[in-house]
Amino acid sequence: MKTIAAIEAFADRYDLAIVGAGPAGLAAASLAVAHGVDVVVLDENASPGGQIYRAVTSTPMTRREILGEDYWRGVELVQEFSGSASSYAPSTTVWNVARGLDGDSLGRDFEIGVSLRGKARLLRAKEVILATGAQERPFPIPGWTLPGVMTAGAAQIALKSSGLVPDGHLVLAGTGPLLYLVAAQLIEAGASIRALLDTTPRANWMSALTATPGFLASPYLAKGLALLRMVHRRLDVVGGITALRAEGQKRLNRVAFERAGRRTELDCDLLLLHQGIVPSINLSNAIGCAHDWDDVQLAFRPQVDAWFASTVQGVAIAGDSAGIAGGESAAARGRIAALGAAFRLERIGAGQRDRDAAPLRAELALLARGRRFLDVFHRPAKAFRVPSDDATLVCRCEEVSAKTIRETVMLGACGPNQMKAFTRCGMGPCQGRLCGLTVTEMITDARAVSPAEVGYYRLRPPVKPVTLAEIAALPQTADAEKAVAR
Amino acid sequence: MSGAGAATADVIIIGGGIHGCSSALHCRLRGLDVVLIEKDHVGRHASGVNAGGVRQLARDIAEIPLSVHSMDIWHRIEELVDDDCGFTNEGQVLVAETQAELALLKKRMRDLRAKGFTHEELIDAAELHRLVPAVAESCPGGVVSRRDGAAIPFRATQAFRRKAEALGAVIRDGERVMEIRREGTSWAVFTDRAKYVAPKVINAAGAWADRIAAMLGEPVPLEVIAPMLMITGRMPAFIKPVVILRGRKLSFKQFDNGTVLIGGGHRGVPLRDENITVLDWAKLAVSARTVADVFPIMRTAHILRAWAGIEARMPDEIPVFGASGTSEGVYHQFGFSAHGFQLGPGAGSVMSELVATGHTNMPIHALRIERFRENAVARSSEDME
Repeated sequence: MKTIAAIEAFADRYDLAIVGAGPAGLAAASLAVAHGVDVVVLDENASPGGQIYRAVTSTPMTRREILGEDYWRGVELVQEFSGSASSYAPSTTVWNVARGLDGDSLGRDFEIGVSLRGKARLLRAKEVILATGAQERPFPIPGWTLPGVMTAGAAQIALKSSGLVPDGHLVLAGTGPLLYLVAAQLIEAGASIRALLDTTPRANWMSALTATPGFLASPYLAKGLALLRMVHRRLDVVGGITALRAEGQKRLNRVAFERAGRRTELDCDLLLLHQGIVPSINLSNAIGCAHDWDDVQLAFRPQVDAWFASTVQGVAIAGDSAGIAGGESAAARGRIAALGAAFRLERIGAGQRDRDAAPLRAELALLARGRRFLDVFHRPAKAFRVPSDDATLVCRCEEVSAKTIRETVMLGACGPNQMKAFTRCGMGPCQGRLCGLTVTEMITDARAVSPAEVGYYRLRPPVKPVTLAEIAALPQTADAEKAVAR
Repeated sequence: MSGAGAATADVIIIGGGIHGCSSALHCRLRGLDVVLIEKDHVGRHASGVNAGGVRQLARDIAEIPLSVHSMDIWHRIEELVDDDCGFTNEGQVLVAETQAELALLKKRMRDLRAKGFTHEELIDAAELHRLVPAVAESCPGGVVSRRDGAAIPFRATQAFRRKAEALGAVIRDGERVMEIRREGTSWAVFTDRAKYVAPKVINAAGAWADRIAAMLGEPVPLEVIAPMLMITGRMPAFIKPVVILRGRKLSFKQFDNGTVLIGGGHRGVPLRDENITVLDWAKLAVSARTVADVFPIMRTAHILRAWAGIEARMPDEIPVFGASGTSEGVYHQFGFSAHGFQLGPGAGSVMSELVATGHTNMPIHALRIERFRENAVARSSEDME
């Protein structure tokens, strides 16, 4: 592995650029390099591992039981990658991926806008694999923007990378396996947790039962049960929550919740919210890949073929960014995507590609068992996805309320892009990450149509903010100077 | 065959940009039955994603009368469409970066005065720095048009659409015109879904207007362009008017919320059949360098989004506006060459007069479509000599 520490150290072009150094990106890079592909891995974090194996080689949390055995599985992936001939650019932001121009027409290669230590540059690559992972689903409840309210994922980042355990009294609220995992990790790390408020709808038990046969044969079952038992033994878990409200003047003082029609309040200093993860699609959306609405996972995911190739030729999407399937599946998906890329780059033939993919596909099939149970069981309730309270902020960056969104649908904003133009929602620095799904589902609800019909924001580059000075300092090619003078 | 299942109207408008919607609204105000056909959705292209400048400043003489008429409408826009369209009147300032540029502005000012136009006003360095304190010290002066300003493009276009519909115009989103045929004294317009018949047709199809003109046997040298824009995160308030440069390509506007819009004409690559544009970052870098030179405060600003619209440009950079040269009852309203947003309200008003009465007192002769044929004829006869 060759680490790139300065913008000048990049080559002008690569065969394959991989965005993200989580399990999918790392596995894809190691395999592609082994087939003679010239690879660069571009990652925002300071060390490899992505979200699930964040800081796995550098975390101060070295007592293995705190972060759990699944976490330490990341070491092997990172070691394989470190021993490979891949180029690796940590602390690097990818702000644009698009087909590059050859003069005035569209070229075959991709142009990748990157930024490292305050300097930007445009790289070229023949193939791109997006392994940008997942993000937490928005959780718009009254008061979710108060200081003292954060996501469970953000608390986990602090724990993994810096060993930070929150002070004061904590409450966790929401649904999904990650919520329980973070609870268990925080318990082990010694945090003071008052309660876990579980918003999983009661009705999900019934619908999930239909998927149970698969789950009984699934690798998640034993792990999931062990986690649940541990959390239930050591925490006050309150189920059947139907409403949540974060309250306080300047910051969070208490959380109010409803259960079986009764309202209860709980004083706390920190509220950690989480209701599942969804594919991170900002980059694939900005590139122009087609996406489908997944009615079980309640999210958009890119259309991919058997090699995880998207609808844009030359762009593959692996890991959870292709639809949530978990960290182990991500590595297998990354390897399959790498085989597809190596084939398109003519480093391997179709025979070898298919042979090498067969065991990976078998592994994916095994890992997929029981996945549907998790998806159905942890499907968040509509009340927590489509805020009914008028004052609840939907877009935090531009401070657009649920009331404004509903009124604007009535004015004729029939989709998220029209909504953006009317209200500025989704136009702040987060590029819609914190409101996109909420806006789609609110319009869906108001118009009584399907989310597929309503669609999602059409995202514009840069997909991550970059400064004007960085753009201004982009190295100029002779071609560009000529083109501008025209 | 005419009549079977066809909807009839007095006028069929092709194109749901601000021009088509404004013409729809003004035709309804004159009592005409209107059908507007839009292949995507209203405001999807140039009208919805432009810089929103509402500018008389620095226009070609040929379109100034239309622009001045339009400006009067912008100042009472809420009366017309029941929405202020986000219109603000902070003026627009054209900055000269050198004495040589200032000399050119002085010459233009004499020309304008001689023709009786008074909307532009020459300013010295002191007034320039009073209006735009953040501009680089070295700039020697410029021109201001005080009645100018900016509006929110998509909102404005939607407001025209809503008012036109409220007055009874029929607006068909998501229908594409496939063919136009003469039927008796009327025009039959066939879309991918239906047939419409009317004695009058307005071609307001923007970057696709050459295809409509070609269906009528009237080819035009329209270039499809993709002007690029960037917007930054919030900055402290430091500039009120819209600023454009005389020499380098730049237009610059800070909104009330602090975000700054950077435009000015650098172009990406349009792919009009796919409805997409490809940005050219090397050229955006040139825009960014110009901003950094003229407004040093902007160097730390974060670029949040960059995009390009799909727009029509004519070789002489002025629009095609007026009656067809070949097809009775057909009118053109396109080719605004990246400065048509401000003209929308006024052009719709004049277009409705043309359609309803057959004539107008507005001087639009220089904008007629025949100019391209005449030029071509003139050129080929030169070749003969």
